[in-house]
Amino acid sequence: MTTSSIGLVEAEGLRKTYKSDVRALDGITFTVGAGSVYALLGPNGAGKTTTVRILTTLSRPDAGGARVAGVDVLKHPARVRSLIGAVSQHTGAVDLLTGRENLAMQGSLYGIRDKDLRRRVSELLDQFGLAAAAKRQVRTYSGGMRRRLDIATVLVHRPAVLFLDEPTTGLDPEGRAALWAVLTDLAAEAGTTILVTTHYLDEADQHATKIAIVDRGRIVAEGTADQLKAGLAGDSVLVELGTAAHAERVTAVLSQLPQVARATADGSVVRARVADGPRALPAVLAGVESAGIPVLSVSVARPTLDDVYLHHAGRSFHQAEGI
Amino acid sequence: MSTDRSIAKSEPSLSASTPDLARTEADRAEILPLSAESARDGEMSRAYSWRTASPVRQAWVILTARHLRQLYRMPVVIFMTLIQPVIWLLLFGALFKKVAEIPGFGGGNYITYLTPGVVIMTAMFSASWTGMAYIEDMGNGVMDRFLTAPVGRGALTAAMLAYQGLTTVLQSAIIVAIGWGIGATFPGGAAGIVTLIGVSVLIAVAMAGISNWFALLTRQREALIGASTTLVLPLTFLSGAFLSLRLVPGWIADIAKYNPVNWAASAGRIAVQAHPAWTTIGAYSGFLALAVTVTAAAATLAFRSYQRSL
Repeated sequence: MTTSSIGLVEAEGLRKTYKSDVRALDGITFTVGAGSVYALLGPNGAGKTTTVRILTTLSRPDAGGARVAGVDVLKHPARVRSLIGAVSQHTGAVDLLTGRENLAMQGSLYGIRDKDLRRRVSELLDQFGLAAAAKRQVRTYSGGMRRRLDIATVLVHRPAVLFLDEPTTGLDPEGRAALWAVLTDLAAEAGTTILVTTHYLDEADQHATKIAIVDRGRIVAEGTADQLKAGLAGDSVLVELGTAAHAERVTAVLSQLPQVARATADGSVVRARVADGPRALPAVLAGVESAGIPVLSVSVARPTLDDVYLHHAGRSFHQAEGI
Repeated sequence: MSTDRSIAKSEPSLSASTPDLARTEADRAEILPLSAESARDGEMSRAYSWRTASPVRQAWVILTARHLRQLYRMPVVIFMTLIQPVIWLLLFGALFKKVAEIPGFGGGNYITYLTPGVVIMTAMFSASWTGMAYIEDMGNGVMDRFLTAPVGRGALTAAMLAYQGLTTVLQSAIIVAIGWGIGATFPGGAAGIVTLIGVSVLIAVAMAGISNWFALLTRQREALIGASTTLVLPLTFLSGAFLSLRLVPGWIADIAKYNPVNWAASAGRIAVQAHPAWTTIGAYSGFLALAVTVTAAAATLAFRSYQRSL
């Protein structure tokens, strides 16, 4: 293993179809640089979890391959397991054991013993603010505490790569912020490579070094948040109307305008893609006026990840989520 | 070089982190002081990589200990597993009291006849629920955590079987003591009782293997409950656990010959008698050991099927 491959994650052409004929992955290829925070962003069912399961040796692809820290996940799964830490969507901690016991059990599995183990466990308990709760059974922990314990647990052996599947789901905003602080620090200070899946656009936007947008088992766009947004020329004009029916009608009208590249309705809001927001605004307003529909508000927005998703996946993120 | 640097780097932060101790847990959770510790993580990341405990250590010390600790924290479960055989002993003992007087039964005290049967049946019953621990682990992510760590599949199976074996030793010993308390006699002495407990462990471990295998294949609590209740009682009644096979219909006696529960019940009962037929006990135990091997292998291989469905 060369130094350069430590922490590198490479997936190539991953395909997987489940027995039920659901095509989960339709050719996923990406590379995560060592020490970076890489976000797989997509709605539920996009294939994020399946990708993580393959990379963490839980599942096997029908086609394609992957290397984690330079090791082939299909040929040497056991070696990969000793190099990674993986946090699944569920907690992963044993309820009836205390926080300290959970950490000690994980460490023992890796062959860390006695004094080394006690020191490492105490270190992690301090680091994740769990020292005071160390002797309490995990079933008494709050959601945020459990999440912190989950991450602490898979860090016992100082893995080169950390995988987290939807780590912030179910946490309150403070919990999410605290968790992201942990992750970005881990990457920055310890050089741990972090691959995280999320369906929160804002999280990926703020915290990820690089984002891959996953839709229907494929990566439809990849880059830094800024790159992705810059790839979309122009602005969005958002027109808020009273009802979804109004929004549909306004969408039809705006689509006819030469200034509007594309108009889509998302609930009672119409989003019109234009080259230059401020200059297109009068024409958009005139269009809505001509339809005789009352407008609640109008705003011009620089492209967001939502726009990026819409552009590449052909539907808005909320529609894809089925909310 | 790099070692020197890391020590130098970590020193100022050690003193800087002292005020942290005064902070409340919530405060620390917000801030999550990482820099010093994590910087060292980076330097030491290679120290722990590639390391794993031996599979034997993983299974016995780590995983079995975990299940025992969990059991210890569920006193209700312990109470239920002990109260159940007492009910069986008292209930069947009273219900079939006169059975021992039927010509052909061989005479003697029915409680003496019944106790080994209840030992075997209880061992089986408890073991048939072993798979529940897997199903729970699958549901809350513990299984995934083990499977993404370098834990051998064989070690996972061995841990469950070892745990089941250990609890069966205790459970069987307690039932023997209760049986003795209500009038059972064990002319075979200590050697007989130890053998009885030994075969109860064999049947329990074989059953635990089936339970784990089934849990990995179906992953459903309800399916396991259904299978367990459907399997355990008929297997018990198709054996000489409660009634001498000389008194049951011919077809039941025929089936009993191939029923592992009957092997265990017969071996256990013969062992506690005055002059045990050790060759017969040996043969039955051999068959039971074979059953253990087959079910343990099936349970271990079932991880593949489980992971294929992920």
